Amino acid sequence: MSSVIPIQQVDLVGQPIVNYRDVLSGKEIAAIEHECSLYESRPAAAIDALQIVQSERRWISDESLYAIADMLGMSATELEGVATFYNLIYRHPVGEHVIHLCNSISCWLHDYQTITEHLSKTLNIEFGQTTKDGKITLLPNVCLGCCDKAPALMLDGELVENLDIKSIDSLLQGLRGGKNA
Amino acid sequence: MHKPLSQYLDLANPQNLQAYQSTGGYEGFTNALKMQPQEVQQQVSDAKLKGRGGAGFMTGMKWSFVPMGEDAPKNKYLVCNADEMEPGTFKDRWLMEGAPHLLIEGMMIAAYAIGADVAYIFLRGEYRLCATRLQQAIDEAQAAGLLGDNINGSQYSLKLHLHTSAGRYICGEETALINALEGKRANPRAKPPFPQVVGLFGRPTIVNNCETLCNLPGILKNGADWYTQISDGADTGSKIFGISGRVKNAGLWELPMGTSARHILELAGGMQDGLTLRGWLPGGASTDFLLAEHLDTPMEYDAIAKVGSRMGTGVIIALDDQHCPVGMILNLLQFFAQESCGWCTPCRDGLPWAVEILTRIEAGQGSQDDLDVLQQLCGFMWIGKTFCALAPGAVEPLRSGMKYFADDFQQHIDHKGCPHRH
Ligand SMILES: Cc1cc2nc3c(=O)[nH]c(=O)nc-3n(C[C@H](O)[C@H](O)[C@H](O)COP(=O)(O)O)c2cc1C
Ligand code: SF4
Ligand code: FES
Repeated sequence: MSSVIPIQQVDLVGQPIVNYRDVLSGKEIAAIEHECSLYESRPAAAIDALQIVQSERRWISDESLYAIADMLGMSATELEGVATFYNLIYRHPVGEHVIHLCNSISCWLHDYQTITEHLSKTLNIEFGQTTKDGKITLLPNVCLGCCDKAPALMLDGELVENLDIKSIDSLLQGLRGGKNA
Repeated sequence: MHKPLSQYLDLANPQNLQAYQSTGGYEGFTNALKMQPQEVQQQVSDAKLKGRGGAGFMTGMKWSFVPMGEDAPKNKYLVCNADEMEPGTFKDRWLMEGAPHLLIEGMMIAAYAIGADVAYIFLRGEYRLCATRLQQAIDEAQAAGLLGDNINGSQYSLKLHLHTSAGRYICGEETALINALEGKRANPRAKPPFPQVVGLFGRPTIVNNCETLCNLPGILKNGADWYTQISDGADTGSKIFGISGRVKNAGLWELPMGTSARHILELAGGMQDGLTLRGWLPGGASTDFLLAEHLDTPMEYDAIAKVGSRMGTGVIIALDDQHCPVGMILNLLQFFAQESCGWCTPCRDGLPWAVEILTRIEAGQGSQDDLDVLQQLCGFMWIGKTFCALAPGAVEPLRSGMKYFADDFQQHIDHKGCPHRH
């Protein structure tokens, strides 16, 4: 992805105005247009649009943000207020795989802290960080809705339940392409 | 007993349209279409259905505020609240994964009853499997002519869309949810005007919980009398109850309203070996603690309120004697502090302050003054002082925990450490 923003103009508060067609792919544009058709107003598709672009590019860069704002006819500042509001929209680059570990109450009662420490030690990162090889990002998450199978995490959108040290090890081994860590 | 919801439930292999119809599915909606919308509302009022989203508001009454008839605004909306982010709650996910057509049918009945032309499912972002299964069910219903224009040859038309959110607890509050659906930052809105009159895009809107909507097919199929006879307590129908924590078999069960928490704990096989129950939250993180002595209270809105808590979502969180109540309360408050939308000061500033104090106490660095400040904060964040119910919800486990586990708080201060962490 180019890191140069094709700036044509700057709006009243100094935000670059980007033509979304220069930034978004045909596939992204089509998917976002479909979402727009489901609501009374275009900005209503903001969250859908952010998720569509994120699923293609892993995270929402400034350039993507300006482009989506342009496409939906809203200000980039307003869209930023929406994007940063949500736990699952990434405004920083993330790794190839993202682990969301539940830190809410039922997982606390099932000692999720041991899982956190093990993940942290094995990957050599803290919550909010990505491994040096850019492979794995570790994030906390509120209750994942599988409290009967605590502790739990979500890996790239898939639930992994009843965690213990052993299952974490085999999970990480799988992510690293079978290579022993 | 009758299990009007879970009789359709198959988690491994949910019923497709044909299978659902062959076991009586969409009969309730077919009956509804033959009635006037107000008659459907009346039947739901007669069934005395109470909303399962936490507050237990009468569903029929809620609908009755929607403008009806020729002069009513043209676009009206029905929204299914499937944001389920209350820690310790996992009942709506169970229903959506296991019986997607039940929810779709329930939404069609509700939409018809209020004359809505568009309906949305507001689904939390983490529920990917629900999203796949619901979209499949919507597509099937659409292809069979159950959704779209002139349904079953009637004058009634309905579009139904799935909206997946991206993770923020406040989106479950119904006015914040409406802002979220409009693509705005999800702060709650002032009431009045109420969403029933001025809601999504300024039009009449009903927001109902997923489980509430799943009760409608049974009511419309079998009638209000049948529904009120499912339970013999004060509240009607069945409820998805459940429990998590250090119990033998955590899970969910469909049981008559008014079942006791003791029975739910027994279904879970009791506490794990060697553990004793110290306290329990009846229905999610935002409900007051109760003790073992309250286990025989019927799980009904008024009965649970009478002993000082709320039924909430009806999914219990059990605290055992090897976990520290102060640590548990700290974990709960951390959640609320993180998820506060930041709109009003008592909540935005009060919750992080409470977390700071609890962290100190838990680490053995708290003082007697800290306890007083915590009590004051409970007052500052109570109902009427904040813009929405998030902060009062956070206060519930805090104030009741400080009352019931006062000794634990005191020990942390007196012995400068957590007695559970020797
Ligand atoms: C902070 C907060 C979060 C909420 N989250 C949810 C939720 O995830 N699901 C839900 O159905 N209701 C939730 N509610 C309650 C809703 O505001 C609303 O009362 C409910 O959706 C109404 O549905 P019902 O009448 O069918 O119960 C929440 C309320 C608050 C204050
Ligand atoms: S109480 Fe909290 S969540 Fe509710 S409006 Fe105020 S700041 Fe937002
Ligand atoms: S508390 Fe972790 S899944 Fe609910």
